[in-house]
Amino acid sequence: MIRLQNIEKVYRTDTIQTLALNSINLEVEKGEFLSIMGPSGCGKSTLLNIIGLLDMPSKGSISIDEQATHKFSDKKLAQFRNKKLGFIFQSYHLINDLQVLDNVELPLLYRDSTAKERKQLATEALEKVGLSNRIKHFPSQLSGGQRQRVAIARAIVGRPEIILADEPTGNLDSAMGNEIMEILLQLNRNEGTTIVMVTHDENMAQKTHRLVRLFDGSQVQ
Amino acid sequence: MLKNYFKIAIAVLRRRKFFTFISLFGISFTLTLLLVMTAFIDKVINDNYPDKKRDRSLYISKIELRGKESMNASALTYYYINHYIAKMKMPVKVAISSGYGSTNTYVNNRKIVINYKYTNADFWEVLDFDFIEGKPISKQQTDNAERVTVISEDMKKEYFGDDKSSAVGKYIEADNIKYKVCGVVKSLPITSYILYSDIYLPITTSKTKLEADKGYMGNYGAIVLAKNMDDVPKMKKEYADIVAKLPIPGKEWDHVYSHADSYIEGYVRTGSETSSGMVYALTAISLFALFVMLLPTLNLVNVNITRIMERSSEIGVRKAFGASSKTLAYQFIVENLILTFLGGMIGVVLSVVVMYFINDAQFIANLNLSLNFTVLCYAFLTCIFFGLLSGVYPAWRMSKLNIVTALKAQ
Repeated sequence: MIRLQNIEKVYRTDTIQTLALNSINLEVEKGEFLSIMGPSGCGKSTLLNIIGLLDMPSKGSISIDEQATHKFSDKKLAQFRNKKLGFIFQSYHLINDLQVLDNVELPLLYRDSTAKERKQLATEALEKVGLSNRIKHFPSQLSGGQRQRVAIARAIVGRPEIILADEPTGNLDSAMGNEIMEILLQLNRNEGTTIVMVTHDENMAQKTHRLVRLFDGSQVQ
Repeated sequence: MLKNYFKIAIAVLRRRKFFTFISLFGISFTLTLLLVMTAFIDKVINDNYPDKKRDRSLYISKIELRGKESMNASALTYYYINHYIAKMKMPVKVAISSGYGSTNTYVNNRKIVINYKYTNADFWEVLDFDFIEGKPISKQQTDNAERVTVISEDMKKEYFGDDKSSAVGKYIEADNIKYKVCGVVKSLPITSYILYSDIYLPITTSKTKLEADKGYMGNYGAIVLAKNMDDVPKMKKEYADIVAKLPIPGKEWDHVYSHADSYIEGYVRTGSETSSGMVYALTAISLFALFVMLLPTLNLVNVNITRIMERSSEIGVRKAFGASSKTLAYQFIVENLILTFLGGMIGVVLSVVVMYFINDAQFIANLNLSLNFTVLCYAFLTCIFFGLLSGVYPAWRMSKLNIVTALKAQ
């Protein structure tokens, strides 16, 4: 499903050059739930951003669903992300000016859909995360756990094959974190969604199919 | 999609009240200024009272002599009009009127300044004055040099007081001569300087002998009326041909210029016959409009950049979930247009209020500004121009934002 070959990411400033990722080779199978762990600054998020096509590697190639994405134009990349990928961020990244329903509908705005279809799909997604009674609320009126559930609903509303989660439980207490993890596991189990998750939490990582460890930009496990 | 843009635009505007206030104030204030200015220009140029046949009229009001070291420009002599213009073949009528002179008269020990203008009989046929009382000066009255006059409504009020009875038949004294009032017309603002006067007198009653001065430079102007609109260019050419053949009076001159102009050309003619006043007028107006708009636009660009950059997390999320740079730029431009239109609506309301006060104060008598369809169209265009000008650059800058950087900014 996802194939990374010799991925290297270098950050350059005028005076310094930092190697954030060093020859990463990784394959993720369809339906797999993979977690990435490692100390802060080891390149976990950079790797996830590269898999999610949010950032470009300095070297190496990445293919998703057997398509070489590094050749894509800005427009094609946007369309590809919209169809294939869903994102969950540690700090939720909900749009505070929009109600829950509008936040969840967001990915659907960038594909052919009617307002009615969008509303229906968004409501369904919110039902899956148990928040169908909060559609008129604004993000600021929700708890952290609820916000992350809205973010999950937004990630799954367009039925993507891959979900990329960057420390989805990082800002939550353990009870809420477990709740979120349970939703992700169910998604993987019931819908066959491929999930790549960056986490600091060993317990969460243990629940996934496979664990990849990074250290100083290199894969150690 | 648009509904979604609208929702977020309104939400953002409400959240950042101070920014919104600054932006809206800038837009609406500038627009008000432009609207009042365009209303003024529109009124001065497009108000066709009393020359309702403007589309088939040409105005000849100046002649200019040029030599190597000197030039002289002035209105025309009656002789010139009578010998060169009145003999043209294309015009069906030639209205002649003098520039307005003024004289003081005392009524009940109160000084009244009266502006007067001499007119021929055709003047009253070429122009469509609204007669409130009485009728125009007839050809016969003009031919007989009868001391009759058509006065403006304002003069009637000033001279005869608030007397509701008709002024027709009463006498008005100007320059120690008594004229019998034969008609009262709706007043003109002084900005219609070609036709404006307090009282209109038969040209034959002029104190100076009409054809005494056989030169070109005098105090008269003419409006030539074509049979139909198609004849106007031919009439213009006929006059140009006449001017080309004019004898040059005196060795100090080597060129003579005079034009049969449309109303607007004539209105803005600068006195320099070699260059069109239109160019000067348009340049002046455009420069003024640009200057008035430039500062608020730059300010708006700045405010917009700050406002958009504050939303970098939103930009990152939208991009991550499939918005292309182009779609995002489009969203922000639409948002900015919404803001501009809100400002525009406030601007229109403000303009109506300002115009009401200007009209109420009568800064220029009889010049009543109004927000008509033309002015509204200008407002609409200005809004679009403003919205695009101040929105495109920030939207473009924002759409180029790297997703990861945008997401980290929160």
